[in-house]
Parts: sequence; structure tokens; C-alpha cells
Amino acid sequence: MKVKVAMVLRYVILVLGAIIMLMPFLWMVSTSLKTQPETVKIPPIWIPKQLQWANYVEAFKAAPFARYFLNSVLVTTITTAGQLFTSILAAFAFSRLNFYGKNIIFVIFLGTMMVPGEMLIIPNFVTLSKFHMIDTYWALIVPWLASFFTVFTLKQNFQSVPDQLYYAAKIDGASDWHFLWHVLVPISKSTITAVTVLQVIGSWNAFMWPLIVTNTENLRTLPVGLQAFTTDAGTNYALLMAASTFVILPMVILYIFLQKYIIAGISKTGLKG
Amino acid sequence: MLNEKPTLKSTGKALLYLLPMLVITIIFNIYPILKSFIMSFYTKYDFFKDIVQQWGWSNFTYIFHDPDFLLAVKNTLIFVVGVVPLTVIISLVVALLLNKIKWLSGLFRTVYFLPFVTSTVAIAQVWHWIYNSDYGLLNYFLGLFGVSPIAWLESPKYAMLALIIMSIWKSLGFNIVLFLVGLNNINERYYQAAEIDGANAWHQFTNVTVPLLSPITFLVSVNGVIGSFKVFDQIFALFNGTPGPSKSALTIVYYLYQKFYTEWKYGIAAASGVVLFFMILLVTLIQMWYSKKHVHY
Repeated sequence: MKVKVAMVLRYVILVLGAIIMLMPFLWMVSTSLKTQPETVKIPPIWIPKQLQWANYVEAFKAAPFARYFLNSVLVTTITTAGQLFTSILAAFAFSRLNFYGKNIIFVIFLGTMMVPGEMLIIPNFVTLSKFHMIDTYWALIVPWLASFFTVFTLKQNFQSVPDQLYYAAKIDGASDWHFLWHVLVPISKSTITAVTVLQVIGSWNAFMWPLIVTNTENLRTLPVGLQAFTTDAGTNYALLMAASTFVILPMVILYIFLQKYIIAGISKTGLKG
Repeated sequence: MLNEKPTLKSTGKALLYLLPMLVITIIFNIYPILKSFIMSFYTKYDFFKDIVQQWGWSNFTYIFHDPDFLLAVKNTLIFVVGVVPLTVIISLVVALLLNKIKWLSGLFRTVYFLPFVTSTVAIAQVWHWIYNSDYGLLNYFLGLFGVSPIAWLESPKYAMLALIIMSIWKSLGFNIVLFLVGLNNINERYYQAAEIDGANAWHQFTNVTVPLLSPITFLVSVNGVIGSFKVFDQIFALFNGTPGPSKSALTIVYYLYQKFYTEWKYGIAAASGVVLFFMILLVTLIQMWYSKKHVHY
């Protein structure tokens, strides 16, 4: 009996918690489908009489969201792919090759991981202005084409692959390049997927850097565009919530499909700090 | 091959593999770290021509006498104290509950983790609406308990609290995942042994779970402190590009942003970044020292 009560209690607490966690999302979607007068009704209405799908169309047209969306997709895709490429190569060198200065380089990079990225914004802004890259796609992409964090995670994974595979590939006459792309990368698929998804989420949601390096409306990513839209939307919460929904939705969909990898990625990388 | 001694040839080859990563990280990570420290000593600086006319400590003396910076440090610390302990406790409790159930545990996990993947800027707009003093959901609920409407985002008294609540909500999922991993790693035998010794559930918790989970608890706390030191996006989005009413949510990174982006005082901004660096360094050193001494494995 006592065991049963404890079990029921657990579910009650978890359900209450889940309601609190979901509330902002439900409220967002609910508001996005209301008419203006409905949004300010007290007591609040959860399900509008008629679902105002037109709010989404209106919000999408109220600012160049199509362009923002495209920019976000472009920046996220290129930075993620680029970072993956540079990290896979570097992780291979750190895990399978011996070279002078290996330990020193590695320790220096580990040290840099501790430095807050916010501190680097000022000199990076100055560097990019010298290259005339401020307010271009380059500024949004180039600084993010490498990440030692990703290198570190992949290196750990590559090292867990047995050496015998490497020797076997060598005996078969495979080059290092071939071994990397045809053996090591396919074997490490789940870790690579995990870091990729985490990178996509981070890049999609990034705010401070794109805010600082873009001025032109046409270069804004979704979060920066949405922030600018809040001024235009004013108190039209239905439109604002519709816009928030389509900024959030792609990552929620990605999360629901790739949940397993995201959780695995966090468990692996988060624990190494 | 791993057992081989490094040679010039192997070094050359490794360099080729490292080159793309090195070029980017040297330009955008290593160099700017050094440059930040150097810039914090620039007292007269022509950004367009990149000429430094004067050097000195005056950026640091400036910020330590600037009431705004001191307020930013204070607010940052309040934010850390408000967010981290509660996040750790709540996520530990949720993880313990999730660990004890089977049915629907996957669904709960999905729900609790959801805020982590959502754009801070977008979800802050939702919270902005929830916190609305006239029509907001929160004041409506509080009204049911007889609480009169609170100006969450307009009153300097409540702005920080509003920021803290939203931040805790957003960061729970990440920490729950880490705690669940930690709980999974505890060998079932410890509990069996404790049970044989007659330990009840509470004693099992305090004598088995808590000590064996301490490395994770510690890691989660340190990550939380460091992450909270760097809070910016939430503030910008929740208070529409301001540091809150009467600067009540002005934090160190927000200060850095203002000095750098709106006032173009690069030296001062860099100096505040250096202070942030040392705060994080201090926490990291405490972490290393403490985990060597106190964390039970």
C-alpha cells in the first residue's frame, strides 16, 4: 500500500511539473490562433472559438521572415558542415597520428575552452572589420567553422575505436585519408550525429553574435529578426506568438526525431565539462 | 600509428589534417584571447586606423569606480544565486522521480527537456506575454489566490525574479539529463547492500545516492555558475533590448555589450570581459581544488 501511494505521488509531482514545463508552449500556440480581442480576455481562453490560422500568414508577411528563415538555414547548414569537416580532420590527427608538439597544442586548446566566448566578440569584431566582413554572410559563418569542443568530443570517440582496425586497414593498403572517411567516420556515426544536432541547435538559436555583426535587414537570422519584429508587433500578441512559434518549431521537430542523439550527446559531452 | 615516435614526416602530415581547424581557431579563438587582454589596456584607441595612442590601467580603474559595472557584478551574482541552487535541487528531484518510474518516463523526459532546444529569444517573447501585468497568465493565476497584479517586467523589484524564473525553467532539462546519467551509473549493489544493513529509503538516499552522485552535482553546479555568469540573450529579449527597468537586470555581459556596441568604448568593454574571465577562472580553479579534495567517487 505504502509503495503504491509513493508511486502515485511520484506521478502527481511529475505531471504537475510537466504541465508547468509545457504551459509556455501551449500558451504560445493558443495565443497565436486567437483574434486580437480574444488575446486580452479575462479569464484567459485556452481554445479560441475559431482558430485564426491567418495569423501565421499575416505574421510571416509582416516582416521578411522568409528571408530570415533562409538566412538561418544557410548559416546553420554551412557552419555545421564546415565545423564538422575541420573537426573530423583535427580529431583524426590528435587520435591516430603522432607529431611534434601534439601535447602542447592539445593543452593550449583545452585551456581556450575555458575562456568565455563573450570576451572574444570585441577583437573578433575588429578583425572582421579589417577583412571588410562585418555585415556580410562571412561574419556570420567564418568564425564558427571550427570548434575545439567538437574536436575534443570526436577525438575521445575516435580513440575508443580499436587500433587493430587501423592496422588492418593499413595492411590492406588503405591510406589514412581512406581509413578516416571509410572506417572511422562510419563507425563513429552516432557521436557525429550527436555533435551535429547539438551544433545545429546552437547555431539556429544563436543571438548575440548575429545581432552584433549584422545591420542590414536582409542578413538577419531568425532570432535577430524576431527580436526586431517585437518592436513592430507592439502589443499584437497573436502575431508575435505566431512568429515565435515558427522560430521554435523547426528545432522542436528536429528534437522529437533525433531526441536519442541529443540526449546521448549531452550525456557524453556535458559530463566531461 | 600510435606507438610510433613522431617524425618530421608524420608531423607534416598531421599539420595538414590540423590546418583548417588551426587557421580558424588561431584567428578567431587564440589571437582574440590575447588581444582582449591587450585591448583592456588601450586607453586611447583609433578603431578605424588601428592606432593605439595611450596605454594604461585606467580602463580597470574606470570600471571599478563605475556604479553601473558594480551594479552589473552585483546583479550577475544575484542571478547566479537565484538560478543555480534551485535549478540543481529541482532537477535532482525530477531526475530521482524519473529514475523510479518506468511508464511514461520517456514522455516526461521529452517534455522537461523541450525548453533546452528552443530559441531563447523566441521563448522570451512568450514569457514576456505571460508576465504581462494586465493580461498575463501569471498574474491571472496569482489573482486566483488573491494576489494583486504584479508589474513583473516594469518594476525593478520584480524584474530580476522574472528573469530568474524563466532561466530556471529553461535550464532544468539539461541538468535532469546529466543527473539521470549519474543515477544510472550508480551500481545497484550499493542499494542492495544498504538494504541488507537495514537502511530505509531516506538513509539510502543520504548515504548512497548523495555521495555517489556528488561528482555530477558538483559538475552541474559549476556549469550552472559559469553559464549564469554569461547571461545575456534572456535579458535582451525579455526586456526588449534594455537591461531591465532602472538597470535592474544589467549583468556583466550586458555591460560589455553596451560599452562595446552602443558606446564604442572598446577598451572598457574589453576590461569588463577580462574581469568576467577571471571570475570564471576562479570558479574553475575552485572546482579543480574542491573535486580533488571533497568529491566522493
